[in-house]
Amino acid sequence: MALHFELVTPAKQVRSEEVHMVVVPGSEGEFGVLEGHAPFMSTIDDGAVQVFKSAGGEPELINVKGGFAEVSENGITVLAEHVEA
Amino acid sequence: MPSLKELKDRIGSVKSTQKITKAKQMVAAAKLRRAQASAEAGRPYAVRLSAVMASLAGKVSGDSAPKLLAGSGSDQRNLLVVVNTDKGLCGGLNSNIVKAAKAKAQELQAQGKQVEFYLVGKKGRAPLKREFEKAITGGFDTSAVKTPGFEEADAISAELIQMFEDGKFDVAHLIYPTFQSALVQNPTVNQLIPVPSPEVSDDGGAVVEYEPGEEEILEALLPRYVKTQVFGALLEREASEQGASMTAMDNATRNAGDLINKLTIQYNRSRQAAITTELIEIIAGAEAL
Repeated sequence: MALHFELVTPAKQVRSEEVHMVVVPGSEGEFGVLEGHAPFMSTIDDGAVQVFKSAGGEPELINVKGGFAEVSENGITVLAEHVEA
Repeated sequence: MPSLKELKDRIGSVKSTQKITKAKQMVAAAKLRRAQASAEAGRPYAVRLSAVMASLAGKVSGDSAPKLLAGSGSDQRNLLVVVNTDKGLCGGLNSNIVKAAKAKAQELQAQGKQVEFYLVGKKGRAPLKREFEKAITGGFDTSAVKTPGFEEADAISAELIQMFEDGKFDVAHLIYPTFQSALVQNPTVNQLIPVPSPEVSDDGGAVVEYEPGEEEILEALLPRYVKTQVFGALLEREASEQGASMTAMDNATRNAGDLINKLTIQYNRSRQAAITTELIEIIAGAEAL
């Protein structure tokens, strides 16, 4: 019951891992993605992507700038132009 | 016949040239590895982006498609974006790119179209200026930064898209070297603007929700796609430059070695000839007594 999460920038692939939940700052509001989410695509605002490794755990924050998120049956892919770890 | 001293100086100068070319070769080899790694690291993003583009472009119908995808309705005015290196000492790389650019320009002119140039990098400027002096409309200098990155690609594509929106050209082609190996770097010509319609991928009919709308996303996506193309070209250029430089400097080092051998033989022969002459003089002198 893990969600495959990928974070890619033009310079490199930053993350590719199995996580519990990802909360993305979509341009029309934040949204959380769990495993089995319906196919979805959204542009994202500058802000922090919250990565929950496990249910109820503390989120890890990754600041991203400019890009969009794509949710498919394979998991979530965030394409960002800049990432501040 | 050059004198012994002249020969010696000549050998010395070729030797120091060889040292320089050898150093440049080693530097290029080290840089090549890095450039190749960053070119490879950039690939996932480009692959993802074109996959998303493909699934979106099929859904947005012809009339409502953004200008960057649909084009301006004409193909009269062409802009060639030529990506050259900033530094020399890389063999025939730049002249090959310039040759490809000229061929493309002549092909377009033969079809009665207008051609203009936008130059990235220093080295293509002079040869293209000689032939197409009036056609060069702009350029971008990448020599100020050590390794051109996404910011430079951002600036270049922003300027190009602005020019396109101002109606300065209808079609833009990107000409850059693609790195295949240290020996082979082929000039490539790609259409940049309008973005060529990607092959529509069939994603199994899954209903994808879009936020905001499909068109808004596509509109946000297209400039990013152009940017990624330019970024890819810059990365390829970097790898190609180092690869070509490595090969060219390897050849130069070898040629210098050959030249040194030849000169050394010539030097030794002249030296022996001089000794023999001296001996004959001494013997002749002794016999005369």
